[in-house]
Order: sequence, then structure tokens, then C-alpha cells
Amino acid sequence: MSGESVILFHSSNYAMWAADALKKAKIGHKLVPVPRELSSDCGYCVRFDTLSAGQVSALMEKENIEFDRIEQI
Amino acid sequence: MIYFDNSATSYPKPSQVTDAVIYFMTKIGANPGRAGHSQSVKAGEIVFEARKKVAVFFGLKSPMNVIFTSNATEALNTAVKGLLIKGDHVITSAMEHNSVMRPLKRLEEDGIITFSVLEGDDRGVLSVEEVIKAIKPATKVLVINHMSNVTGAVQPVREIGELCRSKGVLTILDCAQSAGIIPLDMCADYIDIVCFTGHKGLYGPTGTGGMVIRDGFDFNRIRPLKEGGTGSLSDKTVQPAFMPDKFESGTLNAAGIAGLSKGIDFLNSLPEGLKSVQLHKQTLQKYFIEKAKKHVKGFVTQSETEGYGVVSFTIEGLSVSEVTMKLSDLYGIMSRQGLHCAPLAHRRIGTFPEGTVRFGFSVFNTRDEIDSAVKALKEIAGGN
Ligand SMILES: Cc1ncc(COP(=O)(O)O)c(C=O)c1O
Repeated sequence: MSGESVILFHSSNYAMWAADALKKAKIGHKLVPVPRELSSDCGYCVRFDTLSAGQVSALMEKENIEFDRIEQI
Repeated sequence: MIYFDNSATSYPKPSQVTDAVIYFMTKIGANPGRAGHSQSVKAGEIVFEARKKVAVFFGLKSPMNVIFTSNATEALNTAVKGLLIKGDHVITSAMEHNSVMRPLKRLEEDGIITFSVLEGDDRGVLSVEEVIKAIKPATKVLVINHMSNVTGAVQPVREIGELCRSKGVLTILDCAQSAGIIPLDMCADYIDIVCFTGHKGLYGPTGTGGMVIRDGFDFNRIRPLKEGGTGSLSDKTVQPAFMPDKFESGTLNAAGIAGLSKGIDFLNSLPEGLKSVQLHKQTLQKYFIEKAKKHVKGFVTQSETEGYGVVSFTIEGLSVSEVTMKLSDLYGIMSRQGLHCAPLAHRRIGTFPEGTVRFGFSVFNTRDEIDSAVKALKEIAGGN
């Protein structure tokens, strides 16, 4: 599994929260516009290296940050 | 100019607050959470930082439980009108601001709720015993302020909160005056909803405030006051059901929130945080009351000598408007006269309908300013 993934949230507020948690956990990431083909939301999601997918979802669980889904792009 | 109207809104603001507002408006500008471009992301980050700080400030874990509003009034209307349904009973105190009283009155007039106004002691401070007696089977909510904007009287929040929790009564706390002075931990103090304003003791700009919901509280019990654009679930015409979007329709006052965020930083940067604020205000209050009692003929205060910088007073034989007008016009001292949007509180302390003169001190006020004010009041009061 190489390449990039995005984690999608119900709202940009959660994307902000997730980005903050990822920063603290020193997991590489970037806030990016939600790809149109994945969702109709106007806001952003968080992109990361697919290799850290497990870490990312574990962190979300640990911090109680609700997310919609993770998608490879 | 001497500014003693800090209980209405604080002035001056710390320079980092005004700098942050200007920075936002000149360098960021974008709408937070509404687009994917980098300026919107930066705006969103600034708002998120503020959310996080507010959450920590009130002892919360989830920053999503912080809902920004335009002031305490909007937050209180959301909490009171959103939580109460037909048949509910509410307990409140005689010391409440109209931002609590009027929403309750509206719901009462509409035949939705009934409410009991507790008198408290001679300063309007409630006791646990009084609250116990007032709880009925239909009592759903207790809503009170943490600190009175008329006298500065402080309610025993933790004791009352603990009692309410044990009886299944929800608590809404109006922290408009106390936030930035008296620390609050929503968990340890048993408070379900805090309503605060950003422009007083938190030193943020006007047009900022919020409703903060305790971690784990079932926010589905609260109906939003307004619906609209949130930047989320844009394909749906129904309001999102998650926090904070459920309650945050419409573009936020992002520039104001940027300032509020720095106001909280300012408080946290004081040597002992809120303790420093308390100490400063207590010192000024005691100094003012003792000095005015000694030098100003007919000076009567409705506040305690020990307090956090909200002092109501009258001067025998003079109308309160005459005093504040002379203070302003002849001495450049800004204060507020009248009922301070809290008619029942003035009834409770026996100053209705004339009201009082109110001095509200901030961390920027000094003893020298109080010396000038006492000298001015002495001249206004005349006599010896
Ligand atoms: C105790 C109290 N509650 C509520 C408010 C309302 O605050 P705002 O005018 O910011 O909505 C104030 C101040 O005006 C107040 O002193």
C-alpha cells in the first residue's frame, strides 16, 4: 500500500481537530480541499501517506475524533 | 480618560488582541470552514485554536463542545429556549440579567414553562437549602449567573451544581461577568452548559461569546436557535446533527474570535493567571470602597468590600444619572448608572427603580485612577 489517502469528516471543524492531533503525534499530513468525487462538502479533509493509515485511524479513535471514512486517492 | 465601565465591556484591550483582529482582517480575511483554499484553512486554524483554548479554559476535553455565538445573550437564548419544552419548570435567582430573565419570561408567556425566582440572602446569594426546597418533579433546569453584574456577588456554584446533578436538574451558568476572573471547571463544578461573553473579562472584541456544553452531555436535547449554512453536509437541506455545526449556522465572527483567542492567551500569560486578576481587582475594590466611605459624603455601596471589581454605589441626595454625567463630563471618568439590565437584582438589593452607579474595574485600572475618582466623587457629593 503506497500512495496517498485522505480522511474525510462530517465537518471542517473535525478536520481541524484531527490535523491538530496529527501534528502533536508527529504524523505527516496536510489539510486539503475535499476531492469533489469523494464528497459534496465545501470544506477540507486531511491527506496523509497511506502507510500511516493504521496510525491515523488509531489516533482518531484514541482522541475520540469522529470521522466519516478513509479513502485512498 | 478613566474607564471604569469594564463590566459592560472591557477597555482597553490588550495589544495582542487588537493586533490579532487587524492581522486577521488584513492578512487572512477568508471564511473559516467554507472552502478548501489555503486562506480558508488558515482562518479555520485560527478559529480552531480559539475553540481549543475555550475548551481548556472551562475544563472540557472536546473542543467540538464549544459553540461560538455573538455574545452571552445569544448563548443563553440558545440554551434556555433550546432545552426547555412544554411543562418544564425552571429555577433561577433574583440576581439575573435580562438575558436570562427575558427568555424565561417569553417561554412563560407562551405557556411553555413555569419558573421560580429564588431570593437568596440579602445579597441575592442562593443556598443549597433554598434550591432543594424549590425543586419540583417538573424541574428540568437551574439557570443562574456565576457573578452578579450589579453587585459582584458570587454564587456557590459547585455546591448548587452538585445538588442539581444529584436531583437530575440540569445547570446553565451565565459566566458573562465571571469568565476571566473566577475559574470554572465544568466537570468538577457540575455545570452542564456555560454561556459566556468574550468582550468583558476575557478581553476579546465585542461580538464574541459562546455556549459550552459539558463533555458527554446529550446535546441532542438542545434545539438550535437558528439553522443555515455550516459548510458541512452541503448536499443536504437538513441541519447537521453534530457538534458544533448543529448550533453554528452562518459565518462566524472570525476576526473577533482571533482576538478572543489572544485575550485568553493574555490571561494565561499573567504570572498567576486568574489569581493575578482576582488579586488586582480585590485590591482595587477594597481600596476604592474604603477610601470612598471615608471621603465621599453620603456614599453607600451595595457591594462587599471583598470582591472582584464590580462595585455598585449611590450618593445620598444625588440621582445616579447626575453622578455619572458629572463624572463623565467634568472628570472624564466613564461609569454606568441605572439598572444594568437587571431589574430584579435591583429590587432584591433595594435600589429599584433608581438603580446605582457602577464601577467595573479591569486589570488595567490603577490606584491612581481610583484616587482621581474618589476626589471627583468628593467634589460631586459636596459637603465637608
Ligand atoms: C450577568 C450578565 N449576563 C449576561 C450579559 C449579557 O452579555 P452580552 O451583552 O455580551 O450578551 C451580561 C452583560 O451585559 C451580564 O453582565
